[in-house]
Amino acid sequence: MENLNDLLNGFYVALSFKNIGFMIIGVLLGIVVGVLPGLGGPNGVAILLPLTFGMEPVSAIILLTSLYWGALFGGAITSILFNIPGEAWSVATTFDGYPMAQQGRAAEALTLAFTASFIGALAGVILITFVAPLVASFALKFGPAEYFAVFFLTFCSFIGLGKDKRSKILVSLCIGFLLAAVGLDSVSGDLRMTFDNPQLLRGFDFLVVVIGLFGVSEILVTMEEGLAFKGKKAAIDLKVVLKTWASLPKYWLTLIRSSLVGLWMGVTPGGAIAASFMGYGLAKRFSPNGDKFGTGETEGVLAPETSAHAAGTAALLPMLALGIPGSATAAVLLGGLLIWGLQPGPLLFVEQKSFVWGLIASMYLGNIVGLIIVLATVPLFAAILRIPFSVVAPIILIICAIGAYTVRNSGFDIWEMVIFGIIGYIFKKLDYPIAPLVLAIVLGDRTESSFRQAILGYEGSLSVFWSNGLVGSLMVIALLLLFWPIVTEQIAALRRRRASASSAS
Amino acid sequence: MEDTQAERGISRRTVELTVACLFLLLSVVAFYDNYTRGAGWASDGPQSGYFPARLAVIMFLGSAFTFVVALRAKPEIFVTYEQLVRISKVLIPLIIFTIGIDWFGIYLSSALFLAIFMVWLGEFSVARSCVSAVAFVVATFLIFEIWFQVPLPKGPVEALLGL
Amino acid sequence: MEIKGLTLVVSACALSICGTASAAWEPTKPIEIVVPFAPGGASDQMARTIQGAITKNNLTKTPVIVVNKPAAAGGEAMLEIKAAKGDAHKLLTTSSGLYMTPLSSKLPVSWRDFTPVAMLAQDEFLLWTYNDAPYKTAADLMAAAKTGQNIRIGGAGSKREDHLITWALGDEAAAKITYIPYAGGGPTSVQLAGKHIEGSTGNPSEEIASWRAGNARPLCLLSPKRMAYKEKITDTTAWSDIPICAEQGIKFTYNMLRGMFMPGGVSNEQRDFYVDLFKKVQDTAEWKEYLARTALLPDFRSGAAFVEFLTVDEQRHKDLMDKAGFLAR
Repeated sequence: MENLNDLLNGFYVALSFKNIGFMIIGVLLGIVVGVLPGLGGPNGVAILLPLTFGMEPVSAIILLTSLYWGALFGGAITSILFNIPGEAWSVATTFDGYPMAQQGRAAEALTLAFTASFIGALAGVILITFVAPLVASFALKFGPAEYFAVFFLTFCSFIGLGKDKRSKILVSLCIGFLLAAVGLDSVSGDLRMTFDNPQLLRGFDFLVVVIGLFGVSEILVTMEEGLAFKGKKAAIDLKVVLKTWASLPKYWLTLIRSSLVGLWMGVTPGGAIAASFMGYGLAKRFSPNGDKFGTGETEGVLAPETSAHAAGTAALLPMLALGIPGSATAAVLLGGLLIWGLQPGPLLFVEQKSFVWGLIASMYLGNIVGLIIVLATVPLFAAILRIPFSVVAPIILIICAIGAYTVRNSGFDIWEMVIFGIIGYIFKKLDYPIAPLVLAIVLGDRTESSFRQAILGYEGSLSVFWSNGLVGSLMVIALLLLFWPIVTEQIAALRRRRASASSAS
Repeated sequence: MEDTQAERGISRRTVELTVACLFLLLSVVAFYDNYTRGAGWASDGPQSGYFPARLAVIMFLGSAFTFVVALRAKPEIFVTYEQLVRISKVLIPLIIFTIGIDWFGIYLSSALFLAIFMVWLGEFSVARSCVSAVAFVVATFLIFEIWFQVPLPKGPVEALLGL
Repeated sequence: MEIKGLTLVVSACALSICGTASAAWEPTKPIEIVVPFAPGGASDQMARTIQGAITKNNLTKTPVIVVNKPAAAGGEAMLEIKAAKGDAHKLLTTSSGLYMTPLSSKLPVSWRDFTPVAMLAQDEFLLWTYNDAPYKTAADLMAAAKTGQNIRIGGAGSKREDHLITWALGDEAAAKITYIPYAGGGPTSVQLAGKHIEGSTGNPSEEIASWRAGNARPLCLLSPKRMAYKEKITDTTAWSDIPICAEQGIKFTYNMLRGMFMPGGVSNEQRDFYVDLFKKVQDTAEWKEYLARTALLPDFRSGAAFVEFLTVDEQRHKDLMDKAGFLAR
């Protein structure tokens, strides 16, 4: 109850015209930053940070967190419309969001994505409101072995065995891992697979690869079929929003599951990117429509967006409660807190009560403001699909190039993007799955280094992976998920046999 | 079905085999690099080449399997020549655009890329295309250089204008 | 010693007067500060503080931009500055990685390829342990290592500052200490708070939150002198209360420079503009607050004094890394 009281005081702090104004500015800037690939939440926050030095800490952090919400919302827009993930965590949104747009359901997909984001973020804020200290201390239990187990779990939930083209899944996965390993190895300090080339030294950035594999290759595939976009007949009025909302309640299970996945990944902190993949993977595994995922399935948009935002929001919790950043944006915000003279950590909740609760209240408000703004823009964004392809295609390519460049300020990355665009095209035509490659590029390096850190700390012994209940159960769940398709197959076969046996008798 | 036989193009098997060969080659290169650096299990855990070397082996086996399967696959068309021409209408300008960035900076290249694309493939009027291109580039400049202070590659024109 | 120090100060002054008198050069486009580490890290915070101080006090006519290039432990940023020869609108923030990254990875770059502008401060290192650990002093920790206990010290990256310190501690105690490389100072601090490691060698700014929260506790300061910050950080302790490691029988000391470089091939006027700029930055309230907050050791050097520091410091790193086996084969 004390928390509720504090929260009400927080609303009192956050609900001034000035602060609401900052929320709106922050969300709008965030959408811009989120839409443009390469400019991300961390960029936006970092760039605005110096401007906030003179502001009141509460207003400053409201502006910056609102920008963060805006970026979280905005990442989905280009993913759905053009198959270009504006942010790393919206890659999984493309899997079903883009097919929906192609079928003329862009407005529906955008509404789903935004609403799911909102629900996820709400789940995150509720977590922060009520159980912050408890959850924060749980995050401390995660050593390298537990990290490895979480990443392993993500891989298992997303990939799994079964389905055809196993050799191609495997090859795609290996390429992803190998690309992730290029560059400086953080555990040994060795340069791996760089062949003394200064460009390879930097390794392959995930976003550059994804912009090529998804965005550029999609333009090539579209061109193959002629000069037109498929999503032309997109309905563009606000009624779609209401209609889509009416269909939401029946997906309650997916929404809850994805929120939990996201909260878990945000706190532990596996991060929003891993959360989005895991949310998608689990929804595909357990939804009755799982087979249709990838063809424009509603749940395929809801699941990753909910998870990503729950994680993105929950990632702010370790920052506030422990002073450790759960994400890159949180890291920049952390710097900001220090500059405003606030020391993050458990004491923050005691020493700066009005700041903390003002911030938490602003998370509720900022997300509501964000949702209203982005929903209002749905028709605008859906209308982009009506612009002739000969105008949109070069603009998309230019934005992709800018995005690839800004990730690391390197001209070479634009070439990398073009090459991965061609690779993506060939992969699509030859039925090589791209998702395993992308997942391995995102998490490969971290998975490997946490494995090796765990072994190092345990004097070279593999037993570290079942040395306590937490890591042991994570590993078991991961293996269960990995073999889940085979298990369900067996169960189904058993049932069929029984059914035929009973009908025979 | 009769139509597909009339259409001519690159055979899927050729592409499949070429890609598999490339992957085989890449996996050998990756294996070589990691093996020479140390791919064993030292007293304190795996060396830096341990995992990549093993992944390279898996990739080699997977690609070899794909290669064999492709050898026995039915003949199919990967891409028809007609489609290839359409793709190159985007791909070649894109490559020229990318080369242009190195020489003229991203703004001038983008403007030319957009304008030429609109006139050539969209059959817009030259005036309309140029205005759109300039407007787009100015907007990009404002967003990146001024508001978000993200420097993008610039060339001699920007230097002349003192930007 | 006194006299030498005095002449250095005098010559530095002379240089700066010279600089201001002939400071005909001024930046004509935005100044780019390249940070060789990720956003949120210590170098990034310094760069953004400087950016804020310059912007707020209108110290330059053109804007200041911060660009992060964290790849290859800063190697990428260094190669870029090397390639940007003659570009007077680029600055590079530096730490010990300036020597360590090229030495451990045989990258073809060294600080001699750049123009040293100024050293702004020194960052100090402490030996930390988690709060309810049985070790009261650094000597206890070393004694535990000698009895064959698995003592793990975590830090940022491999073959970098934290790794070198850990190696030196183990070398001095003639005991095995396991070093665990993490992605950065932040994750290391969490791992220590979670008791996954027995110690860490973080900078003040990396562990202060954890210390105040009662998750971590400093054992000793790896510096020849105690810190000067007397304000209480926890209820009972200030930075200045932390004993230096020498008081606990550990001779090894290690400080890290925090400085600014320009690409090579710039004119003296251009360099002097920035020397002058950073002198002004030193006097701003933002900078002083930053120093106190991150418990940095103020130490401004430019010109010959800075070059001399770099030469000595680089040689020391070379010798230490050679002994530790960190040099690239």
